[in-house]
Amino acid sequence: MDKSAALLRIENVRKQFGPLTAVDSLSLEINRGEFFALLGPSGCGKTTLLRMLAGFESPTTGRILLDGTDIVAVPPHRRPINMMFQNYALFPHLTVEGNVAFGLRQERLSRAEIAARVEEMLALVRLKGFNRRRVDQLSGGQQQRVALARSLVKRPRVLLLDEPLAALDKKLRAETQFELMELQRKLGTTFVIVTHDQEEAMIVADRIAVMDRGRLMQVAAPNDIYERPSSRWVAEFIGEVTLIEGALRADGILDSALGPLRVPENIAARGKAWLALRPEKLRLSATRPEENLNALPGTVFEVGYRGGVSIYKVRLADQSLVKVALSNSGPTEGQEMSIGAKLWVAWPKENGVVLTQ
Amino acid sequence: MGLWNRRLVLFVPYAWLLLFFLAPFVIVVKISLSQTAIAQPPYVPILDLSAGWRGLTTFFSALSFDAYRLLASDAIYLFSYLKSLTVAAISTVILVLVGYPIAYGVARSPRHWQPPLIMAIVLPFWTSFLIRVYAWINILQRDGLLNDILLRLHIIATPQAWLASDTAIYIGIVYSYLPFMVLPLYATLEKIDIALLEAAADLGCTPLRAFWMVTVPLSLPGIAAGVLLCFIPIVGEFVIPDLLGSSESLMIGQTLWTEFFANRDWPVASAIAVTLLAILVAPIMVYERLQRRHLETPK
Amino acid sequence: MRRNVSVFNLISIVLGLAFLYLPIAILVIYSFNASRLVTVWSGWSLAWYRELLSDEAMIAAAWTSLRVAALSATAATVLGTLAAIALTRFGRFRGRVVFSGMIYAPLVMPEVITGLSLLLLFVALNLDRGFWTVVLAHTTLAMCFVTVIVQSRLLDFDRSVEEAAMDLGCPPFKTFVIVTLPLILPAIAASWMLAFSLSLDDLVIASFTTGPGATTLPMRIYSEVRLGVKPEINAVCTIMIAVVALGTITASLMAKRGARRRERGALGAQV
Repeated sequence: MDKSAALLRIENVRKQFGPLTAVDSLSLEINRGEFFALLGPSGCGKTTLLRMLAGFESPTTGRILLDGTDIVAVPPHRRPINMMFQNYALFPHLTVEGNVAFGLRQERLSRAEIAARVEEMLALVRLKGFNRRRVDQLSGGQQQRVALARSLVKRPRVLLLDEPLAALDKKLRAETQFELMELQRKLGTTFVIVTHDQEEAMIVADRIAVMDRGRLMQVAAPNDIYERPSSRWVAEFIGEVTLIEGALRADGILDSALGPLRVPENIAARGKAWLALRPEKLRLSATRPEENLNALPGTVFEVGYRGGVSIYKVRLADQSLVKVALSNSGPTEGQEMSIGAKLWVAWPKENGVVLTQ
Repeated sequence: MGLWNRRLVLFVPYAWLLLFFLAPFVIVVKISLSQTAIAQPPYVPILDLSAGWRGLTTFFSALSFDAYRLLASDAIYLFSYLKSLTVAAISTVILVLVGYPIAYGVARSPRHWQPPLIMAIVLPFWTSFLIRVYAWINILQRDGLLNDILLRLHIIATPQAWLASDTAIYIGIVYSYLPFMVLPLYATLEKIDIALLEAAADLGCTPLRAFWMVTVPLSLPGIAAGVLLCFIPIVGEFVIPDLLGSSESLMIGQTLWTEFFANRDWPVASAIAVTLLAILVAPIMVYERLQRRHLETPK
Repeated sequence: MRRNVSVFNLISIVLGLAFLYLPIAILVIYSFNASRLVTVWSGWSLAWYRELLSDEAMIAAAWTSLRVAALSATAATVLGTLAAIALTRFGRFRGRVVFSGMIYAPLVMPEVITGLSLLLLFVALNLDRGFWTVVLAHTTLAMCFVTVIVQSRLLDFDRSVEEAAMDLGCPPFKTFVIVTLPLILPAIAASWMLAFSLSLDDLVIASFTTGPGATTLPMRIYSEVRLGVKPEINAVCTIMIAVVALGTITASLMAKRGARRRERGALGAQV
């Protein structure tokens, strides 16, 4: 048995539906015990990839290795992988207990053992005492926990979750995210979650694979993806960003339409590049900032008040807009920050990220 | 599903239908090419496979088109076909005219009323077909209810003969086949998004024009299904014209029945069936196409 | 399409229902009429029902019809469900067009043609006509109706429960038996009932394919009706109507409970 960290190895997997390529020669490693997220816009192939892991789709070419063994030819009912479905797919003609015990009954365990494990799992998902209830009498949140219990009770090597929180309202979603993380930590099972909600992916996942149109754009931990995106596409997909186009010079300067801008040192690349600026890394001031900061003059175009944070859209000299996020940590300073105010946008050179693609 | 399981699931109904639906048609064609005989069964030739090749050749040489010649020569058969087609066409039109308002009415009623209303329309269908036709005899006979009421209301002076007439046949057919027209119409009408009518109104359409320009075109598939579901079987109807119609002009179903049961002329009866089938083959295939599209395109 | 119930709609529905139910209502009422004549009402009476009970031929025919209906309905339901599975789950297979053609044609084919052709088949196969040939004939006709109903249900069926079952270790065939079948059972039950009433009601095909000693109820009624209206017939018909109405209402109530449960379950997932 392969004792390396990688539990699941996806090798050059390609899935074709007629003329449409849903997944395009994708290779990926998912580690033991990690909470892994597949993130991307609709149609990027993440659900197709998940279904290939579960066994409901077969790759056109490529291998999927679980602990070193290729499982592509193994049908879903024989894989040690379980899935939690987006619409829960609970069996309406069975009780909660019947649903949770279903998978164990296929393994031919003793009745005592099945009962014990069902009890244990129901307690874990906080549905103790719900055994005899019919599934159509449960609320959405409760149904979801039954679905979770049902797929975890078999102690699978990998648990796949297909947009599990999409049907929940915001508050319930936030609570459930933490519950899922806690559960995963406690059990140590490898979780693979598919989601289109980037905030969710960043909260729950240890590592995220960002996908677009069947291709992997970047695989990294959440803070790496946010702070060090590998391309403009990823930078724009995750969070807010302003991109300034220019040409990299040897002395740590990016020549742009707004003038020379200082970039972090040790950038080896030369030629066409973009400077990615996250809104919270920029400052606004009425007076011209110190010499060692990058500074651009501009006019406030729009203010988006969001309670804890305000997003300012500032129009620069070349008519482009830059977004600046300021926390409203005190009573909001008055007129200097309102629409039409003339301000300076400033940032130290380390706060910018240089992207070459 | 295991490959042999799959094969079995398909094989059993397939074989059944091949044997009990398709094969019989071949036999009907064969009998239509035979000649009547006073024998059991009442036709010759009989295929005798034990006679080998000789048996086959004598068999084929004994086949004759006599039955078809009879059909072509005697005008009574032509009239029978024409009458059947005419009655079917007219009744189908009446069914559309009567069924459409009913289906439309149910489709536009409040959601929770629709299932019980549809059940109320379908329930008579579940009671015996024969009974319902018979119920009309009760009403239409000389000393029946209709005459009774009309006499009392002084609309007529003497009891009329409602039975044994084409009118009675039409009443019987419309009565029996109404659910077959209403159900497909309702199914199509019910799916029409009311927002389309609201859009039409918003763009200046009166309710009547919106009905003709939006509702009716969108309900055409339902009309097509209902028309085919009624027209084709009505052509071959037997019970209704037999019980309610006159013995003067017979519909083709009755002609076939008479030839078979009364005249014991199996070849002619088979020839009638084959010709009828040939006439109906086109609409049947249109119906099949409609069904396939409806039931076999993924939703 | 919903909302404003216009007067026109209301009148259409009321007139339509009146047209459909009046003849039946009249029939039922006159089965209790003491007088033989339909036009003369001479008081309530159960006389005709009593006469019915002593009409041995009629009772024998009813018993035959019930047995034929039960047997053919069951066989038709099995065959029709198999056909529906093949048509919805097997994708494209060789001979699919012929197969579906054979399924949809009997739905509209005039009964005189099917009846005649089946009889000729039985003669060619040298089968003695009687009880069993009628059962075979009714099974063939009814299975097509069963297929269409079950097929419709299978198309609406949410396959994610099947995937969930397989994901939890249940092999495909077992999944079908313990997950899919229970959930499409209402449709299968409804088609059994339809097959039953089709058989119970059939006159033409039974007349062609039956033999001595196997007279069905419709055949009996038909031969009596040709001689004119008889009050005993009213009584028979009323009983048949009552039985069928009761059965249909019970079945639809059960189906509604099942559907309501499913709806609540589906709504719950969206909450």
